[in-house]
Amino acid sequence: MNNHKTKLLTVITEAALESRLINDIEQLGGLGYTITNARGKGSRGLRSGSWEANANIRIEVICGPELVNQLAEHLQRKYYDNYAMVTFTSDVEVLRPTKFSD
Amino acid sequence: MNSIDPIIWFFLFGLFAGAMKSELRLPSQIYDFVSMLLLLTIGLKGGIELANQPFATLLPQMALVVGMGFLLPLLVFPILKHVGKFNKADSASIAAHYGSVSVGTFAVAVAYMNTRNIEFEEHMALFVVLLEIPAILVGIVLAKGLSKDTQWSTVGHEVLLGKGVMFLLGGLFIGWLSGPSGVESISPLFFDLFKGILALFLLEMGLITASQLGSLKRYGLFLVIFGIVTPLIFSVIGTATGLALGLSIGGTAILATLFASASYIAVPAAMRISVPEANPTLSLTASLGITFPFNILLGIPLYHWLASSAQNILA
Repeated sequence: MNNHKTKLLTVITEAALESRLINDIEQLGGLGYTITNARGKGSRGLRSGSWEANANIRIEVICGPELVNQLAEHLQRKYYDNYAMVTFTSDVEVLRPTKFSD
Repeated sequence: MNSIDPIIWFFLFGLFAGAMKSELRLPSQIYDFVSMLLLLTIGLKGGIELANQPFATLLPQMALVVGMGFLLPLLVFPILKHVGKFNKADSASIAAHYGSVSVGTFAVAVAYMNTRNIEFEEHMALFVVLLEIPAILVGIVLAKGLSKDTQWSTVGHEVLLGKGVMFLLGGLFIGWLSGPSGVESISPLFFDLFKGILALFLLEMGLITASQLGSLKRYGLFLVIFGIVTPLIFSVIGTATGLALGLSIGGTAILATLFASASYIAVPAAMRISVPEANPTLSLTASLGITFPFNILLGIPLYHWLASSAQNILA
């Protein structure tokens, strides 16, 4: 088995931002993403997901280190001030590197 | 105690369960389904009524209602800013919530009229759509001015293609195109079940309202007073508008309820995107924690009384 090291960006944020974040990811050159519904608690209080205004999502993007940094900086600049958002990166190994970066 | 509609008990039950921190909750998919059914039913009813009368005769009424939709948020903005001491973004956002309407409150008003066999103009559903939108535009302009930074196409997409307006418009069109006899085949789901669906919706609204009450203590007395006085004043303006439009007592009371209600679906979503610096907890605490329960528990009977007294005086 041939494993290739690459990066994973995880963003947990308000569901209201979904369409804008998809747009940002595609504009900056991300080739794909996975979105799941999420619930939790943080500095902006309880996000129980019981209805629209307090629903969270978790977006995952696998891509090369350059794009991960670019995306993370972009999100921080554009959304950190006014939205509930947590971003973190991690090292992952994938089998098909061409699937995630050009 | 017979005068209290069972749907109101569902709301109070939800409120109680939420306040007691019970594990009770409607699965979010069910809540989505229930609110979708309500929106479609309200749209369908309005659409059927539109099929019965020439559309052109409604245009002057529609124009006046849209005009009021622009005016209402402008009335409360200075009060929020100068008396409430909120910053510009928060004042604009709260003003937009109160200028717009709550479909849930409208549905309770419709159920109230139906239970008491009070006639009203079914095309009120059209006014729900018309009143939903102007306040959002006013709110954004109040917060940002007419700046070039506002992405109006994104705002338009969010507002017009959002869940609330889309389902209502879809229902209106389907009802309009199908007419009363055409809709008969689907009426068991949409019309016969209306009150049961509304009961479930109100149960969840009770739970959501209870979750907002915690923030009330933090934001203090002004918001509580604002959340009660604003609907009272707006209902008087609504009653006057209803009389000017020549609506029936039921229609006038529903229009007063619409003016008195504050949005908690369309406007929060639009404000989150367009005025992100506004604190969403403030406006939701006021509109959901105070104004929504006030309207469905006390407001609607009061606006009905107001409408019939006003009509009596005039007659």
